[in-house]
Amino acid sequence: MVLQSLLKNCLQLSCILRTPKAGFRSTTSGGLIIQSTSSDVYQNLAVEDWILDNMNLENRQVLFLWRNSPAVVIGRHQNPWQECNLRLLRQKNIKLARRRSGGGTVYHDLGNINLTFFTTRKKYERMENLKLVVKALKALRPQLDVHVTDRYDILLDGQYKISGTAAKLGRTTAYHHCTLLCNADKFVLSSVLKSPYKGLKSNATPSVPASVKNLFEEDPSLTCEMLLDAIAEEYATQHQIDHHITLINPADETVLPGINNKTKELQTWEWVYGKTPKFSVSTCFNMVYKDSFLDVKVDMDVRHGRIEVCNIDLPEQWLPPALCSELVKSLTGSKFCPNETTTLATTLLRVCPQDNELHSRWNLLCENMVMLM
Amino acid sequence: VCIHRVRSCSSIRFIKSKYVCVFDKSALKFSHQQRLFRTSAVSCGQIVQFKLSDIGEGITEVTVKEWYIKEGDSVSQFDSICEVQSDKASVTITSRYDGIIRKLHYNLDEIAYVGKPLVDIEIDASKGVAPEEDVVETPPMSHEEHTHQEIKGHKTLATPAVRRLAMENNIKLSEVVGTGKDNRILKEDILNYLAKQTGAILPPSPKAEIIPPLPKSETVPAAPKDKARKIPVPVSRPIAFSGKDKTEPITGFHKAMVKTMSAALKIPHFGYCDEIDLTQLVQLREELKPLAQIRGVKLSFMPFFIKAASLGLLQYPILNASLDESCQNVTYKASHNIGVAMDTEQGLIVPNVKNVQVCSVFEIASELNRLQSLGSAGQLGTNDLTGGTFTLSNIGTIGGTYAKPVILPPEVAIGALGKIQVLPRFNGKGEVFKAQIMNVSWSADHRIIDGATMARFSNLWKSYLENPASMLLDLK
Repeated sequence: MVLQSLLKNCLQLSCILRTPKAGFRSTTSGGLIIQSTSSDVYQNLAVEDWILDNMNLENRQVLFLWRNSPAVVIGRHQNPWQECNLRLLRQKNIKLARRRSGGGTVYHDLGNINLTFFTTRKKYERMENLKLVVKALKALRPQLDVHVTDRYDILLDGQYKISGTAAKLGRTTAYHHCTLLCNADKFVLSSVLKSPYKGLKSNATPSVPASVKNLFEEDPSLTCEMLLDAIAEEYATQHQIDHHITLINPADETVLPGINNKTKELQTWEWVYGKTPKFSVSTCFNMVYKDSFLDVKVDMDVRHGRIEVCNIDLPEQWLPPALCSELVKSLTGSKFCPNETTTLATTLLRVCPQDNELHSRWNLLCENMVMLM
Repeated sequence: VCIHRVRSCSSIRFIKSKYVCVFDKSALKFSHQQRLFRTSAVSCGQIVQFKLSDIGEGITEVTVKEWYIKEGDSVSQFDSICEVQSDKASVTITSRYDGIIRKLHYNLDEIAYVGKPLVDIEIDASKGVAPEEDVVETPPMSHEEHTHQEIKGHKTLATPAVRRLAMENNIKLSEVVGTGKDNRILKEDILNYLAKQTGAILPPSPKAEIIPPLPKSETVPAAPKDKARKIPVPVSRPIAFSGKDKTEPITGFHKAMVKTMSAALKIPHFGYCDEIDLTQLVQLREELKPLAQIRGVKLSFMPFFIKAASLGLLQYPILNASLDESCQNVTYKASHNIGVAMDTEQGLIVPNVKNVQVCSVFEIASELNRLQSLGSAGQLGTNDLTGGTFTLSNIGTIGGTYAKPVILPPEVAIGALGKIQVLPRFNGKGEVFKAQIMNVSWSADHRIIDGATMARFSNLWKSYLENPASMLLDLK
């Protein structure tokens, strides 16, 4: 692809976004409201990246509306093992994504709406955005007791968190995004956001847990569509533009060239897990084998999601020491990941004496190791 | 820095290295390892303290979360330097200058202050300039400002980075058409100029700011559509290639493969191949597929192959055995735990179906479904991956006919199944008919298995599959 020598200034939005209704190009400057047709968390996060990298927001700010099918989204500098129950996520087929903005961990499903406010870096102003949201909510339902805290949360009835915020600042553009709980599954939310992993020590950004509530619980007549509409209405008013929402398909390369690469990158193991700041695991577990109880102590250092240092303390001679040191050697350098650990451990069994007793002990140890991941 | 500049301005015009300088930042890092050869210890440029710029919202301090560069690295203007976090906002700090990182003022997780130095960068001072070009000395400046060049009275607008690029490639800025604002010369203009000169195909720069959709009239370096039909003509013009070798340690799945295959190497393999006429089986499966579907199970050919193998193993148990380390004893395994090679995103895994000797074809199919969905989700457990006694590999789903499979220790035999092809064959009456043919390639451990045993097992397996009704006689 030959690079065009266009500066950001020259790039008109109409070049990028082609709406199905040709007559509906927003000609007034000031703002643009777009909504994603996809509920794939990676695709939607990729749209944010794309806009950050490719759009000129000098004269036009953008509001992006999106919703995701069940997913847990961690902040840029967080540790997924600390933040959520990865085992449960895998079982329930809930996706895990790492966004590029900071902040804490949230659970998304179709009962939660996401709003992203794009501006130039100079015009980055989170309070204003959140006040806009509150204004929209109050316009929709004047009796709602909602307000913005100085931690950039939106609270319902003074105590329940209904929205969390995070932001990303690039070189010339910035975005501030926030969630809004309309009708999310609180039961799943609380179970997936509880980490079962013990003995983790890291400098990753910790999440601040909060009691949450759905707006639907306060007023059952509210739906996500109504909320989205109300917020779009308020945004349109404040930016003096048409209340028109342009739909965009995050998989469309012609409208968003290069987006599929961004989506792919967000799904790689290297991004989701590999970007975890270094941490250490120091824990012990007991295993019950036939009639005996065994204590096992494990210490590991994990960097870039890979085991840098590994130490397993077993009761003496319960397993051949040579085999144990082989396991430790194999684990060093491999991903802190149940699949990889299982594969390595089971492979080692191929090259050691074929003894049922040995095999069952080995499998027991490995299953317990995998539980740490 | 000195050496780098001298090399790029040297009389030998290496297009390759120039493109490497421009596009491949990692190559620049590589070239800097040559610093060892520098004779003088004096730095050539001036060191500038790049201060942490205002984040907005009155924020005065941030935490440094990730460094993208380290001391000694080269940076270009707009390259990412680090990621800092402040109160739920993650900020990418990009370089304002071209140069070399000389000092990082903070470690990871330390607090950095707005307005205080973040990194020290050694700026490339203008060097090796032709006498007729009157260059305005460029003190470090923000990307918004530009320098002018007086070239024979002609004022040309270009940023320091662009001027350096032109200089390195011995391009006179007066000859380049600027397409930026006020006819400003941009990086892309230099590259286009070079492309025209050398006819080279330029790879897009790693940090393309905008990639707008191209109108169809523009020439594109991608191959024209009818090229596929033409015989490729060797191209004699130089093509810029900025790839380099990449070495990385073997970990995880690959490490596991290395271990297994190194152990397999010790086994003396012999091969035995044959072709199977699956015409009747294909028809049978078509009939049974909907029945299995009703019960919620996807029925492929594998359950039949697996069950037939187990029936064969009952007659030839040596193929379901294991030889000990010292080759002194053979253990005949009672259970037929038949492994099925699976190709996943991460690599090859071989889960096994336990006790096939007491399973029906349907039960095997059901178990396979379970293993396949766990396998693709990366959630297979240790029990599913251990205890295998015999393996089948259905490489035919990807392609191929004959193969030379490698035995997975501690097993002694393995079969690789090719793809099913429709081929003409002669029947008993000498007539040609349409047959569904699949090839099988067996490998066995020649220390305890001889060719005759393998051949007889294969014949038996083949007879079950060519005439599925015969399986009924021996089903337990």
